[in-house]
Amino acid sequence: MISQFFVLSQRGDNIVFRDYRGDVQKGSAEIFFRKVKFWKDDGEEEAPPVFNVDGVNYFHVKVVGLLFVATTRVNMSPSLVLELLQRIARVIKDYLGILNEDSIRKNFVLVYELLDEVIDFGYVQTTSTEVLKSYVFNEPIVIDAARLQPLNPASMFMQGTKRMPGTAVTKSVVANDPGGRKREEIFVDIIEKISVTFSSSGYILTSEIDGTIQMKSYLSGNPEIRLALNEDLAIGTSGGRATYGIFQDLNCFSFVHHTDYRSSSGSGSVILDDCNFHESVRLDSFDIDRTLSLVPPDGEFPVMNYRMTQEFKPPFRINTLIEEAGSLRAEVILKISAEFPSNITANTIIVQMPLPKYTARATFELEAGAVGQTTDFKESTKRLEWGLKKASFLRYISGGSEHTLRAKLTFSQELHGNITKEAGPVSLTFTIPMYNVSKLQVKYLQIAKKSSSYNPYRWVRYVTQANSYVARI
Amino acid sequence: MDSAATSFSSSTPSPVDYIVLLILRPIAAISFVFVFIALGWLLAWKLVLVHVPLVQEIFGLRKKPAKFKPQTRRISRYYNSINTRNSSAPGSGYPPVLVQCCHSSSIAIIKPNYSRVAISHLWSSLEPPSNRIRLLCSTFSQAMAPPAQSSRNPSPSQPSGKGEVSDLRSQLRQLAGSRAPGVDDAKRELFKKVISYMTIGIDVSSLFGEMVMCSVTPDIVLKKMCYLYVGNYAKVNPDLALLTINFLQRDCKDQDPMIRGLALRSLSSLRVANLVEYLVGPLGSGLKDNNAYVRTVAVMGALKLYHISASTCLDADFPAVLKHLMLNDSESQVVANCLSALQEIWNSESSTSEEAAREKEGLISKPFIYYLLNRLREFNEWGQCLVLELVAKYVPSDTNENFDIMNLLEDRLQHANGAVVLATIKVFLQLTLSMADVHQEVYERIKAPLLTLVSSGSPEQSYAVLSHLHLLVMRAPYLFTSDYKHFYCQYNEPSYVKKLKLEMLTAVANESNTYEIVTELCEYAANVYVAIARESIRAVGKIALQQYDVNAIVDRLLQFLEMEKDYVTAEALVLVKDLLRKYPQWSHDCIAVVGNISSKNVQEPKAKAALIWMLGEYAQDMDDAPYILESLAENWEDDAPEVRLHLLTAIMKCFFRRPPETQKALGIALAAGLSDFHQDVHDRALFYYRLLQYDVSSAERVVNPPKQAVSVFADTQSNEIKDRIFDEFNSLSIVYQKPSYMFTDKDHRGPFEFSDEIDNLTVGVESEHVVAATSVDANETSDLLLSTSEKEETRAMVANGSDYTAPFYDSSTPALPSQGQSELAITGLLGTADPGPQASTAIDDLLMGLDLTAPPAPASAPPPLKLNARAALDAGSFQRTWRELPVAISQECELGSQGAAALTSPQALLHHMQGNSIQCIASGGQSPNFKFFFFAQKAYEPSVFLVECKINTSTTKAQLNIKAEDQSTSHEFLALFQSALSRFGLS
Repeated sequence: MISQFFVLSQRGDNIVFRDYRGDVQKGSAEIFFRKVKFWKDDGEEEAPPVFNVDGVNYFHVKVVGLLFVATTRVNMSPSLVLELLQRIARVIKDYLGILNEDSIRKNFVLVYELLDEVIDFGYVQTTSTEVLKSYVFNEPIVIDAARLQPLNPASMFMQGTKRMPGTAVTKSVVANDPGGRKREEIFVDIIEKISVTFSSSGYILTSEIDGTIQMKSYLSGNPEIRLALNEDLAIGTSGGRATYGIFQDLNCFSFVHHTDYRSSSGSGSVILDDCNFHESVRLDSFDIDRTLSLVPPDGEFPVMNYRMTQEFKPPFRINTLIEEAGSLRAEVILKISAEFPSNITANTIIVQMPLPKYTARATFELEAGAVGQTTDFKESTKRLEWGLKKASFLRYISGGSEHTLRAKLTFSQELHGNITKEAGPVSLTFTIPMYNVSKLQVKYLQIAKKSSSYNPYRWVRYVTQANSYVARI
Repeated sequence: MDSAATSFSSSTPSPVDYIVLLILRPIAAISFVFVFIALGWLLAWKLVLVHVPLVQEIFGLRKKPAKFKPQTRRISRYYNSINTRNSSAPGSGYPPVLVQCCHSSSIAIIKPNYSRVAISHLWSSLEPPSNRIRLLCSTFSQAMAPPAQSSRNPSPSQPSGKGEVSDLRSQLRQLAGSRAPGVDDAKRELFKKVISYMTIGIDVSSLFGEMVMCSVTPDIVLKKMCYLYVGNYAKVNPDLALLTINFLQRDCKDQDPMIRGLALRSLSSLRVANLVEYLVGPLGSGLKDNNAYVRTVAVMGALKLYHISASTCLDADFPAVLKHLMLNDSESQVVANCLSALQEIWNSESSTSEEAAREKEGLISKPFIYYLLNRLREFNEWGQCLVLELVAKYVPSDTNENFDIMNLLEDRLQHANGAVVLATIKVFLQLTLSMADVHQEVYERIKAPLLTLVSSGSPEQSYAVLSHLHLLVMRAPYLFTSDYKHFYCQYNEPSYVKKLKLEMLTAVANESNTYEIVTELCEYAANVYVAIARESIRAVGKIALQQYDVNAIVDRLLQFLEMEKDYVTAEALVLVKDLLRKYPQWSHDCIAVVGNISSKNVQEPKAKAALIWMLGEYAQDMDDAPYILESLAENWEDDAPEVRLHLLTAIMKCFFRRPPETQKALGIALAAGLSDFHQDVHDRALFYYRLLQYDVSSAERVVNPPKQAVSVFADTQSNEIKDRIFDEFNSLSIVYQKPSYMFTDKDHRGPFEFSDEIDNLTVGVESEHVVAATSVDANETSDLLLSTSEKEETRAMVANGSDYTAPFYDSSTPALPSQGQSELAITGLLGTADPGPQASTAIDDLLMGLDLTAPPAPASAPPPLKLNARAALDAGSFQRTWRELPVAISQECELGSQGAAALTSPQALLHHMQGNSIQCIASGGQSPNFKFFFFAQKAYEPSVFLVECKINTSTTKAQLNIKAEDQSTSHEFLALFQSALSRFGLS
């Protein structure tokens, strides 16, 4: 039972506030914000997503800088509430096209309408955009997409390739295009977040891929869709279906756990550790030919989440060298090399490295002819930041190229001990469009045809992002 | 003389001059400076400080977090109105009131807060000069009139909205009667405005009448906004709410099911107690509506009605209607809502009504659970969570059923919604509690889905899942030893996730993976985030303490000491101390390193105390220990009391080993200690002083006895608590790592929480009193994966050891309710014995051998026991008392075959016992196993007896656990209870 739901801006302003049961006091938003803001004095620790103040449980998720909060007095399932908050954010985004403070403020009546249908008296009714469409009547006031901040997740596609319509992902599911006709199209995005940790000697300590096949459908009439994945896809060292049964020999109950598709680990095959699917996905023929069939509901949703620890070739390698030059000086040499095909280009890469606390100054030296690279020494956090913009990549780092940065550090006090213990690790953030490391592919996307002339746009897009890409020194 | 006089007057200034010179000028100068400063501050305040959030915080300038500015600023308002209405009538760039004014020339009613701009526009648009003159007059009179509004409202950015509200009112009135095309759009705009005011906290309740008038429209968007408005204000204005009843009731009969549903929802959301009579009719027809949406709304409406007025809801027999719907409705959402509503209703009714209690039991009966499971796929994900939560409470009769349910739910583990997966896992865990091997298999099975959920969602979602994984890891670390790499921290994770992961890494460390885990943890120790670095060092220490082969780890810890980061050193020192307490054999290596640490580099009290402890303990191995201690003693006042206490003890220890060198330090320390303001430090110094005075060798025996290495450090959380948390899987208890009673108040526990409560309670109590727990039901004690006995023993020892100091010298005084029997027993044994430190271990030993159930001898022949026929005890105090009291008697008795035959439902026995003045507070179970909680009260005293009674009708045996506030009469009560029980079924 959820007592209240509210959305706060980054400054703590109430954008939306809905009280469902009236058993939590009115000032809860303020109590919540104060608590989150001043969780720990040193500011190092963030408030956890769930906490309790005076018997009231506060749940919150952060979405594009907004705080979506729910309160309750009963002992509920935390993952249910957090999932719900995330879902509400997604529904609002589906309706408004873009989710930000401005769009919510402009459409708050619509948002209230949605909230009334999503939750009734604290009980969740539905979060499916599809179902909600029949109950919700306000039309969204669409915000100008041009005013998007560049760091919106949608923007990663805009720069990627020319043929992709960047604005499509920010289109509302209900609003019609200015032309009056809705464009029939469907987006399938394979988004992979990779986490790699390199040891100081450069070999891979841990690596993991967390992938999602995300779908956003603007098809009318809900046709059935078949999505074929790699045929050599294997699931699970432990993730197969299990059967719980009884062998009644001697009254001994046992539990049979057999994996149907234990790794056919031939070379080149894709082996997922585990995966889960959206409710609408039917897996009837998944075991045979690796196709998922589904009737996509409106709005954005993950068709499939998967996790993979199979070894893969990391897209970047990082070499770090620290040389002490006297007691008050040191030199850091950072070298990153791209190890993906040369027809692919990465978007902005940012290399970060914490330097010793007593670093006073850092001067940088880029290789000759470097374009679009930025270097910075963040005085307050003692961090080195090296940005490689796309401009330079078109010319230099598509696959196979290499870049070097030399940084000369000056210390305010004498070095003692090992400098490598005081600095690092080097971390990388990047986005590589049209590339996925897992080699998981959508072989084809079949839409049940209504007529011969029916040929909607299909977009299948791949993106690789860094989640935690760290090289120790 | 004269010249002298003139020279006097010319050379010395007159008294007036003196005053000017000495008083006025300085005053002028000072005041000038002050004015200057004040002006400066004023300027700074106005320009900068008011806008600084911190300053606003301090001076309370920030009224409301809402910063959304309604358009009260005249200019923006003006322009805005131009934008919205520039297509309509000429001159309509002005708010309609103004326009009205200028056309009718009734200028005097111009609102004072219209802008000068508007007026100037008016000026130019008014053609006849006479009108211009009137405008001038009215403008003038405005300027002259006291600015009433602004005086009430000092901050211009905080609008009261008064003017706007009356403005809106007139606009609404205008539109209310109009039937012109496009009027709905205008209304929508207005309604939006009203609602936006409402949400930012401006009181627009005065528009109630107008809003209701305007809502007579077929436009559903308008209706929705109106309902939102009405729902918000009805509660505070019950009189106004009456106005809406009429149109809401009419809407409830509308042709459009959407409008019916919406109207019904708003009607039931009014939350006004005296309007419930109007609600029953529409709700009744809503529940029978042929549209599913209306029914879902009506079901929730019935629940709302129950909360406004329970009796009305029950009188209208809504629960029965809901039950019927729940079992027969074709729409899954209706079923789900019925289930939520009924759970809530029956749960709160069950304490007073037997029927509700029976119905509540019925929800977890086999037919109903199967009905829900068969329809599970129809429910949406949230409905599935609800159903699964209920299924987790169901106890199947045999293992076949267990496996059927699990096979059915197996694919739910692949759901993308974490809440569904966790609810399924809860079912699996609960179903297999009694099957150890399958339970373990379940752990293996759920590992992968959980890990996928952790890595797929947002950090918040993965935190929720990770806390559950954390719980499982803590319960069965050995099942996760090969998955340790999943618990490595990623550099960009929030700290709350990292902390959980560190704990998990600590738990799963064993011989095979320790090296890698510790290597990883050492990397975190260099983390830029100090808090995480500290946690990782602690984690290394914990691993060292739980491992057999600590060789490598000790080296790592010692490396930390040499890292020369103050917080690293501090944490490492504390760890080395603990390590030495467990593995004294490492002292040689450690001391060599510790000796190199200068005490000046250690600032944190805990670390300093640890260092001092080591200095004292290993004084003979460190050459300069006495001198370091001496210098520390000299700077006595610099340290925290905690450190001073340790310093005293350390110097004493050092003194016994190396008297000549330490004598000086000891003198300084004792002197400083005796004059210390801190009570504990003073007392300890005095104690040592007197000890030394008395006899040095016995002082050594007291202060520095030969020590045994500590084998297990006490666990902070008891197993009772851990089990309770586990039973509350998939709830907040897991995240907080506390059982729910610690953070929720009684009224707000979830459905079914109460009966569970007592079940869990028993489990806890039984396992706590190891001796008393003679028969432990395999179904209930969920200790499959945790071997508890060892930890329990140490815990019990600690607990009792600390209890004994409580002064009970008089054994004849009746024990207070809060004191358990164990204390009584000790008191009886000790008599007036002098409690000394040596005695404590003796008592502990004694205690361990003591049978806690031994009844204390009654002091005198008690009068025959009489019970109060009208005993009353509420559930909360029952639980509290049950938790506090130890088991007095645990016995099995015969029920008799007639009794077993008569016991078909719990209610039968319940009535029978009531006839014997024994009340039942909770009951449950199905044939052949029943479980009851009874209580009884003495006739003339408040003292109560609590009974847990488990009856198996097939063996006709009853297992009794009796707790009594007055222990002396518990045996008589047992006799009474047994005789009552044996009479059951005879009548």
